[in-house]
Amino acid sequence: MPKSQDLQDLIVQVRRDIVRMVHNVNSGHPGGSLGCTEFFVALYNEVMELKDGFDMDGVGEDLFFLSNGHISPVYYSVLARRGYFPIKELNTFRLINSRLQGHPTTHEGLPGVRIASGSLGQGMSVAIGAAQAKKLNKDPHLVFSLHGDGELQEGQNWEAIMYAAGKKVDNLIATIDRNGQQIDGATEDVMPMGDLKAKFLAFGWDVLELKNGNDLQAVIDTLQEAKKRTGKGKPVCIIMHTEMGHGVDFMMGTHAWHGKAPNDEQLATALAQNPETLGDY
Amino acid sequence: MKKYTDQGSKDTRSGFGAGMTELGRSNPKVVALCADLVGSLKIDTFIKESPERFFQVGIAEANMMGIAAGLTIGGYIPYTTTFANFSTGRVYDQIRQSIAYSGKNVKICASHAGLTLGEDGATHQILEDLGMMKMLPGMTVINPCDYNQTKAATIAISKHEGPVYLRFGRPVVPNFTPEDQEFVIGKAVHLIEGSDVTIIATGHLVWQALLAAENLEKEGISAEVINIHTIKPLDTEAILKSVKKTGCVVTAEEHNYLGGLGESVARTLSSEYPAPQSFVATKDTFGESGTPEQLMEKYGLNNKAIEQAVKEVIKKKA
Repeated sequence: MPKSQDLQDLIVQVRRDIVRMVHNVNSGHPGGSLGCTEFFVALYNEVMELKDGFDMDGVGEDLFFLSNGHISPVYYSVLARRGYFPIKELNTFRLINSRLQGHPTTHEGLPGVRIASGSLGQGMSVAIGAAQAKKLNKDPHLVFSLHGDGELQEGQNWEAIMYAAGKKVDNLIATIDRNGQQIDGATEDVMPMGDLKAKFLAFGWDVLELKNGNDLQAVIDTLQEAKKRTGKGKPVCIIMHTEMGHGVDFMMGTHAWHGKAPNDEQLATALAQNPETLGDY
Repeated sequence: MKKYTDQGSKDTRSGFGAGMTELGRSNPKVVALCADLVGSLKIDTFIKESPERFFQVGIAEANMMGIAAGLTIGGYIPYTTTFANFSTGRVYDQIRQSIAYSGKNVKICASHAGLTLGEDGATHQILEDLGMMKMLPGMTVINPCDYNQTKAATIAISKHEGPVYLRFGRPVVPNFTPEDQEFVIGKAVHLIEGSDVTIIATGHLVWQALLAAENLEKEGISAEVINIHTIKPLDTEAILKSVKKTGCVVTAEEHNYLGGLGESVARTLSSEYPAPQSFVATKDTFGESGTPEQLMEKYGLNNKAIEQAVKEVIKKKA
């Protein structure tokens, strides 16, 4: 089990990767990526049971599906630093002939990715299918998924939320990144989402609320608690409150950096706030 | 001229159901999903014999497509089942991203395609599905012609790795292909040898093409009839070989002439061997309520329409 300091070092390094990747191609989505860094680091290094190497079927290990595919920078960085592919490949992000497409895909054969995402609202259905396959295979491992909060405005989610509870898909842990922001502004202004916890509860899910999704220990503790609640007839939802842009002061708490790259000066500021720990790619 | 006999008319969807029954018994990796249309898709026996491998998703087709994509991760071969309209147009982006672009081994099985759905009317009569599905990279598109061929296709696609769109229909139609046929994806079936014109038909129009060829023979016109059950990948070799012999072609399909089999054939001919072509298809229109026979007559999708098209296209030969 990695030591806490090692994970903190990894978090800082992943944040450096994110802003460097996005800066390099002057495109991509740093805000949500920075906000979910603790979640990804915890999931891939502390919470999920993973086999060595990668095969598509993933029998005998936990699976993860990223539904809000635009936060690919954090996904790619954490996958690379977990050993799925060479860290130096991060410098191909969004470039021609790269396996690191703007949004994640299986199409280029990038190890670690099991579904394409980017067009929003599809990931929970896929995660449910993979969870059902685990049951058919009598594989006791779990399926994790991550969704943006704004993404829940897509209707397919509610079909999936209804199905997962109705059909007792209790080997699924779906986390909602509740950062309260989407491209056009605050979720409250664009499309008020009401009480998400009450909505999931009303659909029949077990719901955990994570007040500070940028506190590594809190993230780990909540994910471990969610694991304990699986296998009891209900899918498990974590409503994870994060701060968009966390770790880079001028990107924090605003939708402005949802899909915008820093310039040279802004990059230098962001990197100064996240000093190199494990080595840049 | 080779004659074909109706061994007893049946609906193609029952051929699908029979194929699913056989797969339920022979392939433990095959699973089925349905969006509240079990009876219409004729999969009752599969469900009864393999309840653990059936997923009823309710009236939620988008979710069904995503769940199917997920079920492939773990080694299963999901067959999604609903009407053709709800299998394609309603869920195009789910198919595009979660199945086609993701390269998932999902079989999208679509009943009640085209006008022959009948009385329910245009909301349910999709005539654009072949076009939508054939445009997706990596998607195989199949439209068998009768009960036996639909059953054979249902089984054959389980052995094909990759996404497939399998289209069939509601009404009872003549069952004339062999019960023990080998279904080869992408391989045209030569039904009748002829020398004056090539009739290339798919789905319910194949039987109509046979009727047309019989009538045309009486008028001294020798028509070659090819059954194209696989629209993508298209058997261009068989098409070109025939048209090089006959010099003109009529395509016949229960689909819009924009985007269907006819356009695929036209693309092949225009780049390889330009030849006159006439299209028996709906002409950029929606359908309406009526009996299947009335609709096929009104929209020009029967043997009479094929015969007319043959006479017109032959005149255009150089």
